Amino acid sequence: MNKQNLRDEIIRRSGVNPTKCMRCGKCSGTCPAFDEMEYHPHQFVYMVESGDIEPLLESKSLYRCLTCFACVERCPRSVEPAKLVEAVRLEAIRVQGNNHMTANDVPAMLDSDIPQQAIVSAFRKYTK
Amino acid sequence: MKFSYFPGCTLKNKAKDLDEYARKCAEVLGATLEEIEDWQCCGGVFTTSKDEIATKLSSVRILKAAQAKEQALVTVCSACHNVVKQTNYAMQNDSEFAGKVNRYMNDGDYDGSTQIYHYLELIRDVIGFDKVAEKVVNPLKGKKIAAYYGCLLLRPNSVMRMDDPENPSIIEDLIRAMGAEPVIYPYRNECCGGYVRMESPEFADKKSNTVSTSAKNAGADVIVTACPLCKYNLEKAGSEVPVVYITELLAEALGVKEDTNE
Repeated sequence: MNKQNLRDEIIRRSGVNPTKCMRCGKCSGTCPAFDEMEYHPHQFVYMVESGDIEPLLESKSLYRCLTCFACVERCPRSVEPAKLVEAVRLEAIRVQGNNHMTANDVPAMLDSDIPQQAIVSAFRKYTK
Repeated sequence: MKFSYFPGCTLKNKAKDLDEYARKCAEVLGATLEEIEDWQCCGGVFTTSKDEIATKLSSVRILKAAQAKEQALVTVCSACHNVVKQTNYAMQNDSEFAGKVNRYMNDGDYDGSTQIYHYLELIRDVIGFDKVAEKVVNPLKGKKIAAYYGCLLLRPNSVMRMDDPENPSIIEDLIRAMGAEPVIYPYRNECCGGYVRMESPEFADKKSNTVSTSAKNAGADVIVTACPLCKYNLEKAGSEVPVVYITELLAEALGVKEDTNE
């Protein structure tokens, strides 16, 4: 997919209009995963806007978003950055062989108390 | 009053207390929760992408099952509630998505008209906090309780519409109805680290510690939650304040807790 097509696809899939962003940085300011991310929520917004998506596809930042909707809730322009993170993550893991987590990885992550919710949620976010 | 009820996967396994006490307390309060037949797991998290269809079908089936019985749907688990409610909203407001779902399922179009109540909303909006106060036999006097909302009950508020997303009061009001004292603390609507616990326990520990320490510093004796993953994450991170399900405390206040333990 060329750069322009990929940008259009991410925008269409997410339903986000990144040109609404006024660069206030509130999304990254409120993000609980900020310290864990190489690219922060506000960077997802302007990098998608400018079509600079390749670095995001390769970044572990995709798997640190907690889907807590804090950036969605607190964006004063309703840009909703988490939806862009999700759309880019899907672009990465929908490629054959690119699952971020496989069933074989799971047993090592379990203990006797872990709720099923943790396993199914991680699978939904990391695996296609 | 009868309601369709979707417990979800975790309430059938690791969070049985959340499920069983919810049913018992509802009975005391005059509501019967009728479990939907043959339900499937909601998937735990809502996928916001517009082109994700299959991952939302189990929620649509749950919503349709309640509609077929002409009942409102009740959820207890915060995650189930978020996923089912966001899916319902998409069925109402995203015609392309709804069209794909309905064509695929091909058993009568679903229009998103099922009324969904989280258990807390059922208590506030249908039963009433005054009714709870009336039914309390063991007032939790002197107990300082910190409500932990986390993310999923409140956000995104444009869809969830449960309470003020930044300054909620629904759990605090229930705590008062049970005769206890709510503790307000800064991190009550921030994330515990969620499913990222699976691959980065250190990260989840950090997030959960911030929450439980915030509650502790505000003087909480106990933290209450409606989310199994919040409870697990806080406990796993070594919360110095005990974490219990809101339904467990309610059962204690309503005097039906012992029955479940036998």
